[in-house]
Amino acid sequence: MSEIVHTFTTTVPRWQPYVVPVEFATATEEQHAAMQTTPSNKGISTYVLTLAHDPETLAVRSPLFNLIMYGKDGLASSERELGAVAASVVNRCVYCAAVHASRFTAQTKRTDVIDAIFADGLDATLDEHLQAIFDFSARLSPTPPEATAADAQALADVGLNELEALDLVLSSAIFGWANRLMHTLGEPVKE
Amino acid sequence: MTLIETLASVRPGTALSDAMEKRAEILRLSEAAHDAVLLPRDPGGLSHGLRAALAARMARQNGNAALAGHYDTLVAGANEPATASLADPKNNVSGPRLAEIVRHADRLTLAPRDATRAHVEALRGVGVNDADIVRLAELAAFVNYQVRVIAGLKLLGDMR
Repeated sequence: MSEIVHTFTTTVPRWQPYVVPVEFATATEEQHAAMQTTPSNKGISTYVLTLAHDPETLAVRSPLFNLIMYGKDGLASSERELGAVAASVVNRCVYCAAVHASRFTAQTKRTDVIDAIFADGLDATLDEHLQAIFDFSARLSPTPPEATAADAQALADVGLNELEALDLVLSSAIFGWANRLMHTLGEPVKE
Repeated sequence: MTLIETLASVRPGTALSDAMEKRAEILRLSEAAHDAVLLPRDPGGLSHGLRAALAARMARQNGNAALAGHYDTLVAGANEPATASLADPKNNVSGPRLAEIVRHADRLTLAPRDATRAHVEALRGVGVNDADIVRLAELAAFVNYQVRVIAGLKLLGDMR
């Protein structure tokens, strides 16, 4: 019996779709081609098979996601992950938050940061550098976006250059996309 | 120039425009994503006109009039009277299938956190198939991504 996970956790759940995913064996040539690149290069998951219902979009989205999240220069990978976590908290995508919080802690060993975010949500108090990043991403995420000039200035004040700030915009924004798929097309479960 | 670059209107010769040059492939793929969600070769049960009208609506819900204007142009080009009025968030339609699609599009834009299995079941209940449910999610997800890239670039561009 599967139990739906409703609260933020760093134990990565299993993602279970509400719709019936494409079956790999009977997928069209276009669907197979679109599944060649996968988000985070993780192999063909149930999530990818679900998105294969729209192969034209999937074929573009996976390489776009990977370039934004795993590009070599610019913003530190862990700080892109923090942007992803902030968006996922706003949009309450428990699955996305679990995956990207886990990556943040794997890279930084800062479990205290994720503990604070999962306990206090958008009111979490972090050290100055991470606070600027978290707050900017969180305020970019609602509809309409609420980030202000002061939030952008805070990024410069803690030392982010233009390329790093741009990478944060992109990693926050791509989770405005990812959250709207993961959280609306399925749910996180533990066995 | 891609749509995001046009609408963000970052001043040339600045550090931010140099940074965008380094991310040219991301901007190019973002433009390709626009074409895949707005003008797909296989639109399934979501016509190009409906997609454009919903995108304009989503841009307005996000307070981005310039982006809404771009989608209004696509709405006009599609020449589909049954869906064109949906570009204004105040409007809905009476047919049950389309009305449910619009309700879900609004939720995906305004409050994705509130989405549940029941909403997907409601779409199925009025005859929206699973492929179209995924297409609708991708459309809303993309436009909301695009809105945030433009908003973020404007904030960075105004500051420096």
